[in-house]
Amino acid sequence: MRAAGPRFDTPIDDDPGACSVPRGGGWRPGARWAHDGAISRRPSQSDIDALPAHQRPTMREMGRRSEHAEHPFRAMRSDDGTSAAISPAPTWATLWGTPTVVVARTGQRDVINAACPVALDLGLRPGMAAVHARALVADLVVHEAQLDGDSAFLDRLAIHAARKWTPTASVSGADGLWFDLTGTTHLFGGEEHFCRRLLAFLKRLGFTARIAIAGTPGAAHALARFSPGAITRLESGKEAEAIAALPLAALRLEPDALIAAARFGLERIADLYPMPRGPLARRLGLKVVERLDQARGLVAEPITPVVLVDSPIVTLSLLEPIGTPESIAQVIGDLVDRLVDRLRGDGLGARTVLLICDRVDGQAQRLAVGASRATRDGRHLKRMFALRMAELDPGLGIETMHLAVPHHEPLGAQAVNTLLDVGKDCDIATLVDQLTTRAGQSALFRLSSRESDVPERAVQRVSPLAIPKGWPDWKRPARLLKKPEPLSNVVALLPDHPPRRFTWRRQDFRVVAGDGPERVHGEWWRNAQEMWAVRDYFRVEAEQGQRFWLFRRGDGVEDMTGDLSWYMHGVFG
Amino acid sequence: MSAQVTPLPRPLAKELVALREQVADARAKRGPTFAFGVAEVDAHLADRGLDLGGLHEFGAASATLNDDAAATLFIAGIAAQLADQDGVTIFWTATAFDLYAPGLEQVGLAPDKLLYGQGRKDIEVLAMAEDALRDGSLACVIAEVKAADMTATRRLQLAASDGKTPMLLYRRHRTRDRCPLTSPSSAMTRWRVGCLPSERTPWAGVGRARWLVELVRQRNGNPFSLELEACDAKGRLALPAATGDRTPAQERASRHAA
Repeated sequence: MRAAGPRFDTPIDDDPGACSVPRGGGWRPGARWAHDGAISRRPSQSDIDALPAHQRPTMREMGRRSEHAEHPFRAMRSDDGTSAAISPAPTWATLWGTPTVVVARTGQRDVINAACPVALDLGLRPGMAAVHARALVADLVVHEAQLDGDSAFLDRLAIHAARKWTPTASVSGADGLWFDLTGTTHLFGGEEHFCRRLLAFLKRLGFTARIAIAGTPGAAHALARFSPGAITRLESGKEAEAIAALPLAALRLEPDALIAAARFGLERIADLYPMPRGPLARRLGLKVVERLDQARGLVAEPITPVVLVDSPIVTLSLLEPIGTPESIAQVIGDLVDRLVDRLRGDGLGARTVLLICDRVDGQAQRLAVGASRATRDGRHLKRMFALRMAELDPGLGIETMHLAVPHHEPLGAQAVNTLLDVGKDCDIATLVDQLTTRAGQSALFRLSSRESDVPERAVQRVSPLAIPKGWPDWKRPARLLKKPEPLSNVVALLPDHPPRRFTWRRQDFRVVAGDGPERVHGEWWRNAQEMWAVRDYFRVEAEQGQRFWLFRRGDGVEDMTGDLSWYMHGVFG
Repeated sequence: MSAQVTPLPRPLAKELVALREQVADARAKRGPTFAFGVAEVDAHLADRGLDLGGLHEFGAASATLNDDAAATLFIAGIAAQLADQDGVTIFWTATAFDLYAPGLEQVGLAPDKLLYGQGRKDIEVLAMAEDALRDGSLACVIAEVKAADMTATRRLQLAASDGKTPMLLYRRHRTRDRCPLTSPSSAMTRWRVGCLPSERTPWAGVGRARWLVELVRQRNGNPFSLELEACDAKGRLALPAATGDRTPAQERASRHAA
């Protein structure tokens, strides 16, 4: 198959298209002179002479017909264009030029396990006997299936998903993956966007995928395999209706149950809904009822997530349940010591450390501490756990304690400067961790500049280990009022003098000196009110030595810049 | 009934010398100090400067925002001079944030030297300050609180001497008329700062700000009060020029002063 477009450029570019009348004009052919645009478009000789030599239009562009048109077939090669010079873009059809199937040995015969799109077009289906397929298609390419390799790759995908997308991911069957997306898709811009990203990711790997999001694993399993589109999203609670029209095979039934169902004339899942459950279980097996309930959400079906084996974890099982703070602190200390040894051996540093305490009543208490920089300082970790230990509820006692590192980074050998006294250690990362553990993530910050001239917008909070930028050197107060406060009884000369006197917070001030104005324009790209808004800032000193930062709305000339009201915005020391 | 008064034994000269040496040793062991660089101020201070392992308290002269800002800038100027090397950090913790960082940058506290911590209550602010002091990696710690009793200040003083980090505690006004520095505290020095009118410039502008800096209390020394010129771009204070040494005011100054 080849692309349908022309393989060469036509030498004359006034292509008449489907109709012989020129498209632009709606005028009869041959009367180009009557077309205004056509005449005005044509440049005069003086215009052309003014252009540099390489920009002058050729004779043909200027529409002169004195030059002969080249023969249309002269541009073509003598061998009629079947050369490799114009290689078609690789498509499925060209890549899978010959039909290919993968067969697996089941019992006494080879059965098609997977087929390429070309083979599917030819009518070969998974489940068909290989001999049958060979008889139908002569030039069939047959490969042996590598089921172990497939499942290993699926495991790797599941682990990748557990690292990148969701904490709860697992392999489902021989050809699927289950993700528990609860509370994770908003990180990727919503479910729809996440699905598209996932499809694109798998396409880059060379896979065609089908995704279904549903409230139960069973319904998602069925919809991903039997619904028409590549992406199916189902609202929670509509599973029973959505899977009603699907065939029974969508329910993950055993082959025996499927055969029995076919004998009873049951084809769709909807056929099972009205049947009494007792006879259904007797005829098709209890498993069928269970699968049906799982798909409809009547019975819970937990996903057993893959465990990231390479994340370090240490465990202490206790002889007797413990509950006192001293003993818990002791066990945490022992666990941290072991974990630090383990991390040092692996060359890793912890960013997040998770303490899991299994209680006697089977519940797990979790406590996570984070580090702003990879660390394996045992003293530091113990101190952070000691700060948070009050949040643990030991209940009737704790039986087992684990310390896991869900997030770690490589960390090489560290210099110890205890022998060489090199003065103060200025690294504040451990302090930041400690204070964050005490006061919360949002309590610690640095202030950095933001590109805005409006004073209250010029400051933004950044993370404690970021490197902030400074501000331009205009005079700024030490403390800024939360909101500018209006002044009353202002006496000031217009347009650009500081006020002589004003009243603020019921106190009168007489101004003895003033600097200004410093004009700040509104940010017109934010909203319509700021389109023309102007603030004129003044730094004034009152009689008793108070120094203030005031502004006036408006420039004193144009009405639309502001109403000439005065405001207090900050105080200088 | 006659109580027999035994006269105190007169100390020998040797003992006196030994005692004086002990006192000198203790003072030498106290560690480095921070000198303001203004001879008048440093001469009045017992250690010829602020003890770098101690608690120092600051308060505004009145409950107005102006004196508040002056005290803030006074603290910021000290911190800026303490953190004049590269890579050192100052921790500033408070409950309510109305600090304006561009203003602090203009007394030498660049934003990359400041780490802020916002506590929900004064107790949390004090706890964060104590943690930061004991860590010992900071150039100084500044905390703004409304209430800090004797226990809290004693803890801060101990933490500061353990971590060898100066603690600058800014005590804000709780009520309008009551100076926060009257409550007992174990601070090494206690300062009160207020605004004064600046000197009139020959042009119609605002001159360099002036403060009335009072040392209300200090250990081993006497209180004093001084009129000082406000922090410059590096956080340094200055003594106002005496009237006779001033540059003569020009004619147009009288025109503008009207």
